[in-house]
Amino acid sequence: MHIFKSPNFDFVRWKWHAIALSWVIILAGVFVIWTKGMPKGVEFSGGTIVLVRFQQPPDLDRVRGALPGGGANAVVQSYGDPARHEVSIRVHSREVEAGASLSNTAESVVEALNTNGLGPIAPASHLCASPTEFNCVSGRRIVGPTVGAELQQRGILATVFALGGILVYIAFRFRFSFAVGAVVATIHDLLITLAFLAFFKHELSLNVIAALLTITGYSMNDTIVIYDRIRENMRSMRRDNLATIVNSAVNQMLDRTMITGGLTLLSVIALFFFGGEVLKGFAFTMIVGIITGTYSSVFIAAAIVLIWQGKAPVKVAPAAPVAPGRAAGKPANKSGKRRAS
Amino acid sequence: MYKNLRWKLLSIAAVFVVFFAVGVYPMLGAHFHLPVPEALQSRALKLGLDLKGGVELRMRVNTDDALKTTTTSTAEALRASLATSNITPMINVTSPMTFRVEGVPQDRDSQFRTASDEVTATDYDRNPLPAGTYEFKMKPNIERDQREQAVDQTMQTIDRRVNELGVVEPSIARQSNNEELLIQLPGVSDVAHAKEIIGKTAQLEFKLVEAGPASKEDLLKQYNGNLPGDLEILPGSGGDATGAFYVVKKIAPVTGSDLRVAKPGLDENNQPAVHFELKPAGAPKFGKLSGENIGRYLAIALDNKIISAPRLDGRITDQGRISGGFTAESANDLALTLRSGALPASLTSLEENVVGPSLGADSIRAGVLASLVGLMLILGFMLVYYKLSGINAAVALIFNLVILLGLMAYLGATMTLPGIAGFVLTMGVGVDSNVLIFERIKEEIAAQRGVRAAINAGFSRVLMTLLDTHVASLIAAAFLFQFGTGPIRGFATTLSIGLFVNLFTSIFVSKTLYDFELSRRQVPALSI
Repeated sequence: MHIFKSPNFDFVRWKWHAIALSWVIILAGVFVIWTKGMPKGVEFSGGTIVLVRFQQPPDLDRVRGALPGGGANAVVQSYGDPARHEVSIRVHSREVEAGASLSNTAESVVEALNTNGLGPIAPASHLCASPTEFNCVSGRRIVGPTVGAELQQRGILATVFALGGILVYIAFRFRFSFAVGAVVATIHDLLITLAFLAFFKHELSLNVIAALLTITGYSMNDTIVIYDRIRENMRSMRRDNLATIVNSAVNQMLDRTMITGGLTLLSVIALFFFGGEVLKGFAFTMIVGIITGTYSSVFIAAAIVLIWQGKAPVKVAPAAPVAPGRAAGKPANKSGKRRAS
Repeated sequence: MYKNLRWKLLSIAAVFVVFFAVGVYPMLGAHFHLPVPEALQSRALKLGLDLKGGVELRMRVNTDDALKTTTTSTAEALRASLATSNITPMINVTSPMTFRVEGVPQDRDSQFRTASDEVTATDYDRNPLPAGTYEFKMKPNIERDQREQAVDQTMQTIDRRVNELGVVEPSIARQSNNEELLIQLPGVSDVAHAKEIIGKTAQLEFKLVEAGPASKEDLLKQYNGNLPGDLEILPGSGGDATGAFYVVKKIAPVTGSDLRVAKPGLDENNQPAVHFELKPAGAPKFGKLSGENIGRYLAIALDNKIISAPRLDGRITDQGRISGGFTAESANDLALTLRSGALPASLTSLEENVVGPSLGADSIRAGVLASLVGLMLILGFMLVYYKLSGINAAVALIFNLVILLGLMAYLGATMTLPGIAGFVLTMGVGVDSNVLIFERIKEEIAAQRGVRAAINAGFSRVLMTLLDTHVASLIAAAFLFQFGTGPIRGFATTLSIGLFVNLFTSIFVSKTLYDFELSRRQVPALSI
């Protein structure tokens, strides 16, 4: 069974269009982030914790749903002695001044709970008087970010070093132009994904960071697989120019690209629709990232190798002996015609 | 040709059973109330704060401690500077931010002012009081910076300590008045022990002994009841009714911040002890201290209690040992706290609470359901698209998942959402490996090869590709682990383990299954 029968698409022809499209999206993303800022989750910006004590053990997901935006950006946890039915709700409190925000935020949380039928909770100005009083706010405090400036810097540093390591490895295993292509493609995927996060106003939370790391890994994997086939074709199709070699490699791998990308996408889409509100940001980032990652390994990573190498003839070491018997009896195929269906 | 096949199959089955027992069975057991043996229970995969909840500690950083340290050392520096010009007034630290100098001779006043300008002018305001007395008060902006720094440093130190404790992803946040910390520890069972390790100041100091050990009264008598300003009396670690006290120099030339390594070990009497090595900057200081004072005693003080006071027998430069009534566990704890550095200030525990998972039970249930749906879709597609060969892929993927869970449980890793992200990526790479191999086999068959040759060529050719993708990802994961923190490390751990497991399952397991099928009958055409 094949998805494509002998595909022979001229991907290389579209490289400049693809690069232009990517620039448009990235610049639009930069513009949006520049003007509106990248919204950050409570892990990064800090916020207010409101402790609410309910009469009955509350359904945490109903509590979360009652908060503005479906509570996607809030952290809701059960808290303390189970007998007191206490819930800790951590939300943003950025728009208001520090002094006023504490009570304002607490009031708006109480209001949101009451309008959604989880109350009646007494106004936050009245704190629970005794351990046995219920339906009241038992505490509120401002907290700083759990991911402080130092941890953010270390995270960025780690990513930069990781990219550097990959650059060196690919330059060593393939050639320098391939390494540049892979790293540029990876940065491209991160930027495009960030742009989409900004377009759809998703906050940068720890979950989203995890997803960003995942798509970096995914994109890297995808790029190297295609590079590997390009390298192999450079040996078997020595008379062809690089554009033809790249095209045939992408076409030969098209079934695999579609299946792997499609299946991974499928499982992430399942997460998006059935994974609940909290995982939406994670799943959304993954969906964008997988599509971008697949697109970039075809259109960006390979294109950069082509552009970098220019029209210079490709020098290749004499065909390395791969598996015994390999290459023998196999004609130097023209692009895409290798696969008999 | 297939003489090893039986052994391969048996070892694969054994691996599966072992990791299933370690990683999956305890989870199923907890869910469906099955009996789980104690040994497996204790090894069960730990879940992080976001999936399971944990303990929340609220602690206050007593930043006065840090100010007092600064003030004391400034006062001592002033004393030393004055001593060189033969002025010896009384210097007393009166509060964390102030110290007082009494008895500056009238005729040496200008000399005193010059000396004090040099030592204190940047950080302290000087107020003249009557009768040759001056009060030095820390400047408000310096005070603010110092307090800020103390809290920051405390957060970092706690983070390091908790990481060493094996609680993989603590969450530490400042709150309200900026001197309170909210520390959440996932999956902690021994709260008291965790609190002890977090809260231990671990201020290690090496101070020269002037007199002792003796009772406090006897020591004071030696100084006619009036201790010189640069000396202090510290209790021994047993220091209560037994009453061993020492007179030591106030200033410690070498402190815990000069340590590079601290690890538990044994002393010459085979008693638990802590071995340490000094940083390049600390070694000359220690060499000078020990070289100039051969024959004297050196007090090793931890949080102002003297653990031991060995005699200096020779010049010591870069390493040494702390012994004195440790148990193996307390030596271990001390080494851990020394490695992670001293807290600049002590902590007061304010509150301790149990918190539920931040993702919420319903979200977790939904997430697990979604993952299972995703996995089913993948397996279903593989079976439909690759027909019988799809069974190989399905087996390889399920093995991948089971071994990964088992290994993580065995290594004591904590499962959090970033870890799950690592899982998703591993599964994606796992699917990709199988697809790559199968597509390659199809190509080989299309090129008119026999079934056996096509399978062999498929696996051997794809091996290089897989090595490239896996090694590149491993390099990235290694950097993320080394330089990242908390969640990034969690991701890197899962990914690295997953990559190794995937090489095993997609190449070894899948190939063995093909070998098994081919060994049973002559296959004219491959179902792929």
